[in-house]
Amino acid sequence: MNLEAIRAIYKFEMARAWRTKMQTILAPVLTTSLYFIVFGAAIGRRVEEIDGVDYGAFIVPGLIMLSLLTQSISNASVGIYFPRFTGTIYEVLSAPVSAFEIVIAYVGAAATKALIVAGIILATANLFVSYSIDHPGWMLLFLLLTTITFSLFGFLIGLWADNFERLNIVPMLVVTPLVFLGGTFYSIDMLPGFWRAVSMFNPVLYLVSGFRWSFYGVADVSVAVSLGMTSLFLVLCLTAVWWIFKTGWRLKS
Amino acid sequence: MAPTISVSSLSKTYESGLVALADVSLEIQRGEIFALLGPNGAGKTTLISIICGLVVPTDGAVTVDGYDIVKDYRETRSRIGLVPQELTTDAFETVWATVSLSRGLFGKKSDPAHLEKVLRDLSLWDKRDTRIRELSGGMKRRVMIAKALSHEPQILFLDEPTAGVDVELRREMWALVRQLRAGGVTIILTTHYIEEAEEMADRVGVINGGRLVLVDDKVELMRRMGRKELTLQLHKPITEIPRELTETFDLSLSEDGTELTYSYDTQAERTGITQLLSGLREAGLRFRDLRTRQSSLEEIFVSLVRRPGDGS
Repeated sequence: MNLEAIRAIYKFEMARAWRTKMQTILAPVLTTSLYFIVFGAAIGRRVEEIDGVDYGAFIVPGLIMLSLLTQSISNASVGIYFPRFTGTIYEVLSAPVSAFEIVIAYVGAAATKALIVAGIILATANLFVSYSIDHPGWMLLFLLLTTITFSLFGFLIGLWADNFERLNIVPMLVVTPLVFLGGTFYSIDMLPGFWRAVSMFNPVLYLVSGFRWSFYGVADVSVAVSLGMTSLFLVLCLTAVWWIFKTGWRLKS
Repeated sequence: MAPTISVSSLSKTYESGLVALADVSLEIQRGEIFALLGPNGAGKTTLISIICGLVVPTDGAVTVDGYDIVKDYRETRSRIGLVPQELTTDAFETVWATVSLSRGLFGKKSDPAHLEKVLRDLSLWDKRDTRIRELSGGMKRRVMIAKALSHEPQILFLDEPTAGVDVELRREMWALVRQLRAGGVTIILTTHYIEEAEEMADRVGVINGGRLVLVDDKVELMRRMGRKELTLQLHKPITEIPRELTETFDLSLSEDGTELTYSYDTQAERTGITQLLSGLREAGLRFRDLRTRQSSLEEIFVSLVRRPGDGS
């Protein structure tokens, strides 16, 4: 195990985040604050409680998930795409590092940054609404599983993309709709039957639902199902990454 | 002594069908400077890329200090430093951050003193906190060398190290390469500046169309393949070379008739010089001065890679 390499990449990636802190940290905080003001304060006043939870508090887990997903994906995809784009990836590929170590370092750094942002948002939310966390242990577990899964997913996008447009296309055209339609701002019980059924195919629903349960003990689907689906997606991403490094796809000719 | 790098029957055919390497076998000795010469697209970079783990070979094997580059990649890669041809550097990082990353990537514990020495040797120490994109092209090239040296490699690959580099920096790099070799580092450089190989290399390999055309000691190669010319400055200009001389010797006369040039093979049993000189005396030609010139590696190289049918 080349621990020095993992440490070096991790440190390098974290330094990059720190250098671009306006973009990596302040931007998500600002965006989330806007969501709280618009959905929580302005619209929320006219919305009744959902499942016994005040609307402003109800959207807190959803907003954190929204940021966690988008941050995980963008951190990891840019983290690996950028060296491919500039060509500096040659060094990683010629170093005595295994694929596993490369993934741990890049995904670890992407997940760390996403978790920091999630923590900041949780703290920011406190300024707008009051919320409780019933199951902090489960909350952390969901946070970790989600950020690792989506950092892996971002890593895959970063490997797959061969231009900046492709790098953004999946987050924009796939992830954002899934997040918005995954019960971030509402309970799927509020949807008509057909759309409720469609929502069940949305993986993000299970993440948000499980995560919200860890806050308020209410959920759209059972926690076990949430956990199962999250883990399944994690395994899928791991398998894809393993296959990529095994075949050298997009990395070696 | 066992070779430090052993390449056996290496082939690479890219997906496009391009045959970049065809059955290349080569041994690099420890501590030597080996120059790989060849025109663009000859397969130099592919060969290096395979040894460094960037390209997967279609066939054949490579060992580094007895370790297989695929099976024991950690052993082989940690011994190798690579300076690629393209100027591929981070843009927004500082020099210090990027060389620190390189050292860590190759599994070495951080060692600021070593990094300082590398940066000082490359005149980069003053620039250590500068972002790389603010550096000039020549400076970026130095950064890439610093990255490759950051982890104390025993083998250094320099792919076209002086392409687009000014004369001063080129001299500095040559000095650095010699200094590294003195420290026991094996150096493999590719170049299409023949001058560079002539100046630096102990041995030369010529690669063309994916095939290793020749590998030889540089001095030996120049001696064996080289032709020599003897030029005689005549006391008085002549209009024609006396017939009795042209019958025996390969002579040419300069336009103004003052210089007579004789080409001969240094390997031949008799070079014919003594005979020529007595022939000249018999013909009544006196000369004021003479000089000899050995053909350069460049001329040898051109004669090697020129394919039949290329014309003149």
